[in-house]
This record gives sequence, structure tokens and C-alpha cells, in this order.
Amino acid sequence: MTKRTLRNLQERALRAFFLFNGIIAIVALVGIFVLLLTSSFPAFREVDLFKFLSEKIWDPTAPDIPLYGILSQIVSSLMVTAVALVIAVPIGIGVAAYLSDVAHWRVREIVKPVIEVLAAIPSVVIGFLGIVLVGPFLAKISGRTHGLNALNGAVLLAVMSLPTIISISEDALSAVPSAYGEASLALGASKWQTIVRVKLPAALSGIIAAIMLGMGRAIGETMTVLMATGNARSFPTGLFDSVRTLTSNIAIELGEVPYFTTHYYALFAIGLVLFLMTFLINLLADIFLRKYQEHEL
Amino acid sequence: MNEKWIKILVLAGLALAIVFTPVLMSQSRKMIQVKGSDTLVNLVQILAENFMEKNPSVPLAVLGGGSSTGISALLNGTCDIADASRDWKQKEFDQAWEKGIKVKLFALAIDGLSIVVNEKNPLNELTMDQVAALYRGEVKKWKDVGGADLKVSLYGRQSNSGTYAFLLEHVLKNKPYSTDMKEMNGNAQIIEGILSDEAGIGYTGVGYVVDKSTGQVMKGLKVLKISKAKGQPSYSPLDKEAVYSGNYPISRALWQATNGTPTGGVKAFIEYELSPEGQKVVEAEGFFPIQGPLAEKNRENLK
Repeated sequence: MTKRTLRNLQERALRAFFLFNGIIAIVALVGIFVLLLTSSFPAFREVDLFKFLSEKIWDPTAPDIPLYGILSQIVSSLMVTAVALVIAVPIGIGVAAYLSDVAHWRVREIVKPVIEVLAAIPSVVIGFLGIVLVGPFLAKISGRTHGLNALNGAVLLAVMSLPTIISISEDALSAVPSAYGEASLALGASKWQTIVRVKLPAALSGIIAAIMLGMGRAIGETMTVLMATGNARSFPTGLFDSVRTLTSNIAIELGEVPYFTTHYYALFAIGLVLFLMTFLINLLADIFLRKYQEHEL
Repeated sequence: MNEKWIKILVLAGLALAIVFTPVLMSQSRKMIQVKGSDTLVNLVQILAENFMEKNPSVPLAVLGGGSSTGISALLNGTCDIADASRDWKQKEFDQAWEKGIKVKLFALAIDGLSIVVNEKNPLNELTMDQVAALYRGEVKKWKDVGGADLKVSLYGRQSNSGTYAFLLEHVLKNKPYSTDMKEMNGNAQIIEGILSDEAGIGYTGVGYVVDKSTGQVMKGLKVLKISKAKGQPSYSPLDKEAVYSGNYPISRALWQATNGTPTGGVKAFIEYELSPEGQKVVEAEGFFPIQGPLAEKNRENLK
């Protein structure tokens, strides 16, 4: 063997290796989707799909007639996630803009790693904070007797998604060519105008990606909401109601459900709904992003 | 060439060793798995620790998860002892029979299922019907059962809990729980909720309401007396005599189940739990020791 063919071989082996890795990701995704689909399909032999999505009451272990309605859970999940984002996005982008454009580089060098460490705190710990700290505080300011409600979950999820949003937004803002900012300042714009009118729009795709990842974290998070939101099965009527999200419901019931029963399949169907919801959100974000970029060009 | 082959053989040998070591390890150090009821988990944990001090050769792992979780684990062959704070359902006995599992039941302790409220709640007692009405959501204001003018805030367990199932069957008479009930992850979380919620009501095993360091009911908590019906005397679950005699209306046995007559380490552990020494631990943890016909039945099942 000559040296040249050996190197050629190495090159090809490496290429195959990377291709293999890429394929694994796709196979995993397709595999999960197929598994969810086949495991949830049998549920609909006994449960009407329309009722599944539109009925409010979930009580599969009811002594008389089991009820399989997930509307309350869908609304709860969306409510908690939406409120979490309302809290986390302004703060996250604010911090990111501060770190990339205002803060002294020494401050940034310290603050950014600290924020990233926040992401490493286990969700059980955050949930515990919800029980002993955020819950009682919310109860006090709202004049209610307890704070195990949707807002508690949303506040905690906001805290959990902040590191993702800040870190990736900051990267996006730092990646904006410095000439943009310099040109803006040279034209007489203030620092505020430069950040809001020039840098944020230029980094928008990265910031939206950051928000999407934060949202993914929020909607899929289980342990924290399980501990903090009270898990009542009622249809939520406000932020101070105890709610049960899709993820909590799966976590609560999958451990005890007898295998291969309608209840078991229905839990997979909830997983499928969750999967489709996140998929749809990602798709919408993608479409929106593309539209925006075309508009810009 | 020869050298290459040797290298390949050595590498293959190493790879095999890496693959098989965990398998061999897990076989030589087989743990006895105890799983199930969250009401029992603290008690069994302490019993296991005491037992292992004297028998270090028998390693035990005690997990919670809820009665149903433990029972399914026994049925699926993933645990050796299943803890349950409710009776086994006929459906579960049927599943065991289908799988060829011979269920042997041991009553480990007697529990007075306690209805707890915050210390600030002016009520001291409720009837069974009132408890049922509260948990079904038929009564939404404390005022309607003689309490303060506050909205009732229900705390309960999740559907895998034996306590959840026990209350549903014996108190709510199989009419569903209110969907407004907050479903907590375990007894400790219910207590945590009640301590900070003056309109809260919760249910838990009697072993959870006593502060172990003082032997008194936990500070901030009030254990309600329960009467069978209006006009009848009410009793506290902390009253040993009332729980044994059945005057306290929601007392129950806490069970452990094995597949077939226990042998080896499992047998030694259960014998320890049921011995006077083990039953003393049961009492120290706030539950009541087994006596009478149940103790007789335990002895029979061990043979």
C-alpha cells in the first residue's frame, strides 16, 4: 500500500463515519415518530379522536366510565409555556444585548459562564424552589391560600429557559459584523438606537432560534411543572389555577399503567400530540424566519 | 503477521471482558428489590437499614413509586417484594395467576389513614360523608362544613398511589375525585402543601403526621378526628385502640407481597420485619404493629 492510497482510505472512512452519525440522528427521529404513531394508534379503537382532543376531563381510572379528554392538558401546557416565554424573552434578550454591547468584557467573561451554569441546575431542584419559595410568595401576593398554580410553573420555566435564550442570543448578537454597529454610531445614532434598530434585527434569526430552543425546553420540561403546578385535572380558567400539563400527565401515569391497555396507548397518543405541537412550532418559526429574511433582502 | 494476530486477539479479549464484566458483576451482587407504596417507603427503608447492619451479606434496595407501581413490578418480575397500602385488586390477582406468580401477602403494619388540615383551620372533626363530599368537590367552601369562609383547597395523591385508591373506594365510594384536587408526588409533598395552606386538606398515612424528634403531631399540622356518621363519636387516627377496634373508620393494613413463599434473604428480611424487634420500628415510625389474626396469617404464609 502506498501512502497516498492509505490517506485516501482514511478520508473515505472518516466521511462514512460522519455520514453514519448524520443518519443515526435521522433514524432516531423517524424511529421515535413511528414508535409514537404505532403505540398510540390502538388507543383510537376505543377512544374517538375528536373527543380525545376536545373533551376536558381525563380520568382513565374512573370506576364507571373512563374518560380520555386532553383539552385541559393541551391548554395548560400552552398557557404555562406562553407565560414562561412572556417572562423570559424580554429579560433574556435584554441580558444578551447588555452582555454583547454594553458590558465591559471583564464583566461578560464572568457573567456568561455563570448564566450557563444556571442551565446545569437539575429540574428537581428548581421544582423544589417552586414549592418552598415561589409558591408561597405567589400565594402571598395574590391573596390565595396556596401557590401551586400555572404561574408558579411559568416562572420556574422562565428561569430554566433563560440560560438558553441568553447564551444563544448573545452569540448571535456578537456575530453581527462590527461594521454594522460602527456605521450606525458614525451616523449619529445613539447606543440604544444602534442596539434596537441595527443589531437586534441583524441578529434576529439567531435570536428566534434561541427563543425556539428555550420554548422547546419549556414545553417539554416535566419534573419542574410536575412539582410546582399542583396537577389538578380541571380546565384552567386563569393563571392562579392548579393545572396539569401534557408532560406531567405522562410522567404521573406511565409508571403505573398496565401495559397494552387503552390507557397505555392513550398516554403514547399524548406523547404524539406533544411531538406534533413542538414540530408545528418549529415549522412555523422556520416559515416565519424565511419570510422575514426574504423581506429583508 | 504473527504479531498482528496476537494484538488482535488481545484486543478482542479486552473487548469481551468489557462487555461481560457488568453482567458478571450484577450476578454476583444481586440486590433484593423492594418497591411500591410511598406510605411504606420510609418505614421499610429504616427496617432495611437495621436489617443490613446485622446481615451485611443481604443487600436491599428500597424504592417508592406508589402501590400500583410496586405491584406491576412484582408482576413483571422486576422486584422481589411489592409494598402496597391498599388491598390487591382482583384484576391484579388474575394477572399474577396468568403469569404463574403465586402471590403471598404479609401484613406489615396497621395504618390509620389520616385526614390533615392546617393548624389555623378551626375545625377539629369531620364525618365520613363530609370527607367524601369535600373530596368529590360537592362541598367547595369550608363554611359549609362548619369552618372558615375559605375556598377548600384539596390535596391528594396521584392515581398510582394506594392511598388514592383506598380513599376512592372506602370513603368516596367509587365516585370520582374532584378534578380540582392537586395531585402531589408523595405524602411528604402533601404535608408540605398543607403546612403552608390554611384552606388545605390532605390525606396521608399516620406515620407521616408525627414529628419523629418530638413524638408529637408535626408543628403547623392538625389531624382531624373522623366519625362514621353524624351524631356518632369521632376518633383520631393517633388513638391506637380506636384504630385496632375499627372505631376509627379509615384504618387499613399495609401489605408486602412476594412471589411464592419467600426464601433466602427475602425470607430473612420479612421475618425480621414481623419480629417483635421489627414491629417496634413500625411503632416508632408512627404506624401500629400487627396483632391477632393478621399476625397468625403472616406466620402461615412464611411457612
